[in-house]
Amino acid sequence: MGENSLFCKSGGCTAKLGAGLLGHVLEKIPRPAYDKNLLVGYDSKDDAAVYQVTDNLAIVQTLDFFPPMVSDPYLFGQIAAANALSDIYAMGGEVKSALNIVCFPEQEDLNILGEILRGGAEKVTEAGGILAGGHSICDHEIKYGLSVMGTVSPERIYKNNGGQIGDQLILTKKLGVGIVCTADRVGEASKESVDEAVESMTMLNKYAAKLCGGYRIHACTDVTGFGFLGHLHEMMAGNVSCRIDSSKILTIRGAFGCAEEFLLTAAGQKNRNHTAAFVKFEGVAFAMEEILFDPQTSGGLLIAVDKRDADALLRKFTEAGIPASLVGEILEKQENEILVF
Amino acid sequence: MKEKKIVVDAIGDTCPIPVVKTKKAIGQLGGSGTVVVYVDNEIAVQNLSKMAVQKGYQIRSEKQNDQKYMVLLHVDADAAADHAAEEEPLTCSAKVSRDLVVAVSSSMMGEGDAELGRVLMKGFLYALTQQDILPKTILFYNSGAFLTCGESDTVSDLKQLEAEGVEILTCGTCLNHYHLTDQLKVGGVTNMYAIAEKMTGAGFVIKP
Repeated sequence: MGENSLFCKSGGCTAKLGAGLLGHVLEKIPRPAYDKNLLVGYDSKDDAAVYQVTDNLAIVQTLDFFPPMVSDPYLFGQIAAANALSDIYAMGGEVKSALNIVCFPEQEDLNILGEILRGGAEKVTEAGGILAGGHSICDHEIKYGLSVMGTVSPERIYKNNGGQIGDQLILTKKLGVGIVCTADRVGEASKESVDEAVESMTMLNKYAAKLCGGYRIHACTDVTGFGFLGHLHEMMAGNVSCRIDSSKILTIRGAFGCAEEFLLTAAGQKNRNHTAAFVKFEGVAFAMEEILFDPQTSGGLLIAVDKRDADALLRKFTEAGIPASLVGEILEKQENEILVF
Repeated sequence: MKEKKIVVDAIGDTCPIPVVKTKKAIGQLGGSGTVVVYVDNEIAVQNLSKMAVQKGYQIRSEKQNDQKYMVLLHVDADAAADHAAEEEPLTCSAKVSRDLVVAVSSSMMGEGDAELGRVLMKGFLYALTQQDILPKTILFYNSGAFLTCGESDTVSDLKQLEAEGVEILTCGTCLNHYHLTDQLKVGGVTNMYAIAEKMTGAGFVIKP
């Protein structure tokens, strides 16, 4: 990678503020006046906002940015962009335009910034969107991401908490990218592991989202900083419960071994502190627990699909080469919200 | 012979570096000994605790100020080896309940005469060995820590339970407090994080 390599301290979605901390602050902020056109906003825990502009058109608005989690600036640009674009797909929308968000040290080599922006621009183009500008400020640490605008038909919005009893839960990417990138930071991840993690993080959720059309999708979210269990907990929304078969969880090569070596992030532990009370593990290995709490950068879609459509949708994913797996099902409310076995 | 002690300064290090440095120090002990780790945040303490629980090290931590925590890990080479050997069979005994935890908070059962209380507790732990369904875990804390230490019939009952797949854990802080650390005869040492986790994760908690 040579001189143009990035210093990764605590990058990607591992840099996110803990959910508990954030909830505490947000609770104290006065709610804006009610607007019937704001279809998804503050009240749900969705990452994006959806605003209806005409009878059959709503816009989806989202932003996401973070410090580097890989040392190659071009790949970092791709990953940050894929991660930001993902929120549009999780809502069932289409990407239209994007703006760059850049924090960059004044004395740093500008070629690095060029590589980051090149990676980001490529992903916006792949998403079918237009990169229309951006904003940059001086900062002592590099950060990059996008503000993205997309469109969605108001009837086809995927909420993250619409799951129904009997729905099957499908996850469209492998877990463990946080652990692998962290292990890489201390020189303990193999090249194969890092390559697989990068491939996973740069993959747009566009392709998985596209295949969902025509199926009865009741809820969808993308798995990012709060980890699989954190986002699953949000999906349950206090109304329903679920059981997860940990043997169906696909993991990035080497992630399990790195977790067994305790190469764990602070964000993963924050996720555990926030979510563990809702989760019961039955005979699940410690390393798998950690993978389920691991913060994911540009993670896959977690989809609650009608039972009758689950097999067909899974087959579509598999045929398209998407590493999707049917990992569990939604149950009526139980004593333990999430049972992992 | 005096045991080895290594001090690790992980102030200002982000996870997982404190764990990486600590693992390296444990490797340098080359057997039994103590590693003292200084970190600057509670989450790092928790990540060290997870490792200690999994590896069967005794751990104790102390918040010295908002930016300084001291974590003491005591490595007993024999106990750690036993812990590794025991890890596997724990989940595969048919008799062991998946969600029953027994919390023993005192060396006595019930309130009243102390001597009677000790006899009752001894009887209870023996009676446990005779049950069709065994608890997943038995936690010993406060004066309950005396029951896993010293020479007594209770220790052999507990060893029998352990052999049948029951996890026996004693609070490390309590062992220290009662100066019992060297006298533990059965099971592993645990900390408040793990105790809270076992209890909140349990389907039922029985407190004799």
